[in-house]
Amino acid sequence: MAQPAPKPDPDARLERTWVLQEQREDIERLQGEVCALLHGAGFGEASTFAVRLALEEALVNGFRHGNKGESGKHVTVRCILDRGRLEIEVEDQGEGFDPRSVPDPTAEENIEIPSGRGIMLMRAYMTSVEYLPPGNRLRIVYDRPA
Amino acid sequence: MATLREMAQHPSHVKISTDAECIRVEFTDKHIIDEVVIRQIGNELTKLVDETARPRLVVSFKGVEHLSSAALGTLLTVMNRIRAKDGQLRLCDIAPQILQIFEITKLNKVLRIEKDLDAAKASLGAAV
Repeated sequence: MAQPAPKPDPDARLERTWVLQEQREDIERLQGEVCALLHGAGFGEASTFAVRLALEEALVNGFRHGNKGESGKHVTVRCILDRGRLEIEVEDQGEGFDPRSVPDPTAEENIEIPSGRGIMLMRAYMTSVEYLPPGNRLRIVYDRPA
Repeated sequence: MATLREMAQHPSHVKISTDAECIRVEFTDKHIIDEVVIRQIGNELTKLVDETARPRLVVSFKGVEHLSSAALGTLLTVMNRIRAKDGQLRLCDIAPQILQIFEITKLNKVLRIEKDLDAAKASLGAAV
């Protein structure tokens, strides 16, 4: 007989760290584990959708723009879940960049350019998004909706 | 739908069917986030557009649950390719959470989005 799913714990506090190479399976496993943590803490589907999206964009940026696609380089992901607040840091091995250098993708002159929407999507879905000096460490925070 | 064509040597991530009104594209994955997969989808669609005179493409998002910014970029590339051939592109069957991504990025003002396949087909022939 199947065990009943554990009751969500909205006061859950936990911390995890992953070191990833650019392997699709590992990225998806990480996303799945983070979403499972969120479910366990009582976050809903809209929250897991938002966090999965932000993680995808953050990791792709870290591997592609930060590490410049170089094999052998890794991205470190630290995740702290503390009573309804999720904080994730994604650190690549690049030199860092200034997010202000990314043009507004919704501006008329940029709207049809295929790239440059990842940071915007993260900002739209997350409570806060900031690049820490020297710009190779991204911190995203997501608060459970009331 | 009259025909179903496999477009690539790799396992395809889209189902393509044609009828007299349009070429219909559906995704076989519910998550369109893997850059490698997105590149393959882009290659399939651009090949399809290149092989078709004045292509009329309807891309259905039925069953799609996640989308990344890379997928948006590929759609824009395909749109520009279709425009260059004086064709038309419609998107349809988009779940609310995916539609929100188009709205946040304001791509709903650039890409023409219809409720479902019938509405998309009905809109073909109207102004692009």
